[in-house]
Amino acid sequence: MTERWSAGVLHYAEMGYWQPDYVPKPSDVLAAFRVTPQNGVPPEEAGAAVAGESSTATWTVVWTDRLTAYDHYQGKCYAVDPVPGHPDQYIARIAYDLDLFEEGSIANLSSSIIGNVFGFKALKALRLEDMRIPPHYAKTFQGPAHGIVMEREYLNKFGRPLLGATVKPKLGLSARNYGRVVYEALRGGLDFTKDDENINSQPFMRWRDRFVHCMEAVSKAQAETGEIKGHYMNVTAATMEDMYERADFARELGSVIVMVDLTAGYTAIQSMAKWARRNGVLLHLHRAGHSTYTRQKSHGVSFRVIAKWMRLAGVDHIHAGTVVGKLEGDPNTVAGFYDVLRAGQAEPDPVKGLYFEQDWVSMPGVMPVASGGIHAGQMHQLLHHLGEDVVLQFGGGTIGHPLGIAAGATANRVALEAMIKARNEGRDLLAEGPDVLRAAAKRSRELDMALSTWGDVTFDFESTDTPDVTPEVSTVPTGA
Amino acid sequence: MTRPGFALPKPAESRPGPGQDPAAPEPLADDATVDLTAERCGAGVDQILDALDSDLVGLRPVKTRVREIAALLLVDRVRGRFGLSAGPPSLHMCFTGNPGTGKTTVALRMAELLHRLGYLRRGHVVSVTRDDLVGQYVGHTAPKTRDAINRAMGGVLFIDEAYYLYRAENERDYGQEAIEILLQYMENHRADLVVIMAGYAERMETFFASNPGMSSRIAHHLDFPDYSLDELAAIGELMLREQRYRLSAAAEATFRDYLARRMTQPRFANGRSVRNALERARLRHANRLIAADGTLGKDDLMRLEPADFLASRVFSA
Amino acid sequence: MRITQGTFSFLPDLTDQEITSQLEYALGRGWALSVEFTDDPHPRNNYWDMWGLPMFGLADAAGVLHEINECRQAYPDWYIRVCAYDSRQGRQTVALSFLVNRPAAEPGFRLGRQEATDRRLRYTIHPYALDRPAGTRYGPP
Repeated sequence: MTERWSAGVLHYAEMGYWQPDYVPKPSDVLAAFRVTPQNGVPPEEAGAAVAGESSTATWTVVWTDRLTAYDHYQGKCYAVDPVPGHPDQYIARIAYDLDLFEEGSIANLSSSIIGNVFGFKALKALRLEDMRIPPHYAKTFQGPAHGIVMEREYLNKFGRPLLGATVKPKLGLSARNYGRVVYEALRGGLDFTKDDENINSQPFMRWRDRFVHCMEAVSKAQAETGEIKGHYMNVTAATMEDMYERADFARELGSVIVMVDLTAGYTAIQSMAKWARRNGVLLHLHRAGHSTYTRQKSHGVSFRVIAKWMRLAGVDHIHAGTVVGKLEGDPNTVAGFYDVLRAGQAEPDPVKGLYFEQDWVSMPGVMPVASGGIHAGQMHQLLHHLGEDVVLQFGGGTIGHPLGIAAGATANRVALEAMIKARNEGRDLLAEGPDVLRAAAKRSRELDMALSTWGDVTFDFESTDTPDVTPEVSTVPTGA
Repeated sequence: MTRPGFALPKPAESRPGPGQDPAAPEPLADDATVDLTAERCGAGVDQILDALDSDLVGLRPVKTRVREIAALLLVDRVRGRFGLSAGPPSLHMCFTGNPGTGKTTVALRMAELLHRLGYLRRGHVVSVTRDDLVGQYVGHTAPKTRDAINRAMGGVLFIDEAYYLYRAENERDYGQEAIEILLQYMENHRADLVVIMAGYAERMETFFASNPGMSSRIAHHLDFPDYSLDELAAIGELMLREQRYRLSAAAEATFRDYLARRMTQPRFANGRSVRNALERARLRHANRLIAADGTLGKDDLMRLEPADFLASRVFSA
Repeated sequence: MRITQGTFSFLPDLTDQEITSQLEYALGRGWALSVEFTDDPHPRNNYWDMWGLPMFGLADAAGVLHEINECRQAYPDWYIRVCAYDSRQGRQTVALSFLVNRPAAEPGFRLGRQEATDRRLRYTIHPYALDRPAGTRYGPP
C-alpha cells in the first residue's frame, strides 16, 4: 500500500488506471481510443496512460490524491484489443464516472476527454473513435433545437430529402448579386440555399446587406412557388455578442433558418442552439475545419464523435458526408455517421465503425447534410446510400447548369422526385436508377441537359478513413 | 373538360378487374391450347379444396358447391387469357343455416380460395355484425360502414346475421343507410371486395324479399344443413383427437345417446354445442380423477368414461 | 401558376395507377392514410379539411382510391391531398404527402412588402384565391 503512495514515478497500470475486471456502470461515459504506443510501451500501459491523462493523473505520484475518493474519479481502462491487420494499433476502452463532467457542457466534455492526452509522448498516435453517452448525461443537454420531425412539420415537406445549394462563387459576390443567385435557385425548386462557411462579413459584402437581399429573394421565391423556402444566414462572427446581433436580425427579417460554423467553438454553438430553440429558428452547422483532425485514421478525433457532441449541443443540421461526392467518405463509415445523427438507438456495428450501443432517450435526430461535388446524375446512389432524411446540396450542380440557375434547381428537383416515386413503386434504385433518370429527363428539358453535362462525372479515390472490418459483400456503388 | 392524370375517372374504369390487368399480355391466338391441369396446379386450389374435405365433417352440398365455384372461376381465368372475359364476375354470397354449422369456417376458406385464384388481392376476412355498420345517430352510420368496408378491401366482408340491418318496424332506423352504402360498393367494387352474408335461412329470405336490390347482387346461395347424429359424433371424435383425449367403448355409446337427446332440445348450436359438451366432459373427467385420488397412467388421463357425460342435465330433462 | 407543395409536384400529375402504387407503399410500411382538401393554398396552412377520418388498419388501397374519387366529385376544383401517417415512437408525423387534385386555374400569390425601419421589409404572401369568400374561390365565378 505504501508503495502506491511513495513519492516517485509508477506505471499508470499500477495506479489503478488499468482494470480489466471493471464492468462499466450504466451511468458511465465510455470512450474508445485507437492507440499506437511508442516502441516498448505495453498496450495495457498505453491504455492506462490514456485513461489517466484524460482523468485524474499526473506523471508522478501525488499525496493529494489521498484527499479524494480517487478510485471513484479515475478513468478506468477496462479493455485493450488489437486491431486486425495493424500490429501496432490497439483499441482501448475507457470508462469515466459521471461526476467528472459538468452537466450539459460540450466544452467541458471535450476538454476532459481530448484536452490533455493527445500530445502524450508515450504514444506515437491517438484517435478518439467513439463515445457512449449514458442517458443520465444525455438528458442534461438540450439536444437539437427542433430536430428532423419538427423541421419537416415546420416546412410542410414530407416523404423526400430536402434540396439545397451553396451560393457560388465562394467569395467575392456583392449582396445584390448574391440575392439573385438565391432567388433563382429557390424559385427553380430548391428548398434551401446556403452561405458558405467563409462568408461572414467581408469588405466585398457585409452581413446586414446580405441578409436583407437574401430575405427579399426568399420571400419572392415563396410567393412564386407556394412553398416555404429558406436561406442559411451565416451568423458566425468574432464575438458572441456579434453573433447574437446577427441572429436576432435574421430572425426579425423572418428567416426560418440560420447557420454557424464549427470554428465558432463549442460554447458558441451551444449558445446558438439555445437561441435557436427559444426563437423558433432552425440552426444549420457547417463542420468547417473538422477534416484537419477527423480524416486520418491513426490520429485525431473521428467525425462520429463530433457528430454525437453536436447532436447533444443542439444543432438541427450538420454536414455529414456524401459518399459519392468530391470530399472524403467511405460508404460504411458515412453510414455510421448518419446513424449517430438520426437514430433513436444504435447498436455496436464494427462494419459501420460504431463501437458502443447508444440510446438517445427521445432526443430528436439531426438532419444530415450531404454537400460537395454531387449532381443529379447520382440521385439514385445518393438515395440508396443516404436515405430520405437528409439535405442534398448541389452547389455547382445547380449554378453551373447551361440553361441557368433556376433550370439547375428544377433539374435536381425533378430527378429527386422521380427517384423517390420509383423507389416507392418498388424499383431497384442501384440497378434501374439511370433508367429512371432518363425517363424523367424525357419530360424535363432541364434534367435532360443536366445529365448530358455532368452524367459521367465521378470522384473515385481511395478513402483514407475506412472501418477496420469490411462486410462480406461490398456496398460500394459501381459507376455513375 | 378533360384533365389528364388527375382526371375524374368513370367508375367502371377506375380499377382493373382480375380479367383486365392493364399489364396483361396479348390474348392467346384462336388456335392456341391451354393445359387445364397445369392451371389448376399452378393456382394451388386443390390443396384448399382437399383441406376443406378433410378438415370439415359433413357439409356435402356445401363442399360440392365450393368445388363448382372454383371450377367456374378457374375456367373464367383461362377464358380471360383468350380475351374472352365477361367482366369481373359477381362473387357476393349468402350462407344460410343454423348456428355452429361451419359458415364462418367456410367463409375463411373461401377467401383463401378466391385469393389463390386471383380474384381477391389480399384474401383476409373482416367479420362484422349490424352494430359494426350502423350508428346510433344521424351521420354516424356512413363512416362506420365505410370504415368496415375499407378494412375489408382486397378481401371478404363477412356480415353475420345481416338481416338485422333492416328493421321495417322502425322507420328512423339507420340500417337502411348502411344497406344503401353496401349496395353501392357491391356493385362498383366487384374486383376489390366480396361480401358474404350469413344467418338463419327464413330470416334471410324475409330480408331479401324486402331488399330486392341486395338479393339481385348475391350470386351464390349456399345452405348449410344441420349435422346428422353420425356427423356430430364424428365432429366430436375429431375435436377429441385434436385435444388428445379418447372415448372408452362404453363412453362412445353414451356420447351418441347424449347427442341424440341434445339435438332435440332448444338452442342446439351444432358444432358449437358439441364443443361445449366436450368441455364439460373434460371438467367432470378431471374432477373424477381427483376424487379417485390414486396413481394414474397416461391412458387414464386421456380416457373419458360414461360418467363424464351422464351427469349432464340433458339426461334428466 | 402551379403550386409545388407535396412530394411529387414537379412530376406530371399522377395517374390513378401511380397513386395506387404510392398508397400500397404506404400500407406496406404500416402507415395510416387520410384524404384532405382545401381552397386555401397558403404554405403555412397546415390544417386542411379532413375528408372523413384517417383510415387505420387497411389491407388494400382500393378503399382509399374510392374516397379520393368521392372527394374529387364533391370538390372538383379544390386542392386535395393524400397523407400517410407514421405513428411510431420517435416519429409520430406525416411520412408522405402529395396532391391528387388541383383547381384548373391557380391564380397564385401576391407578395406583400410592408416598409419597416431602415431598409427592412415585413413580407407576407397572400393567395389571390382568398380574395373571394370561402366556397367561391375556384371554379366558375
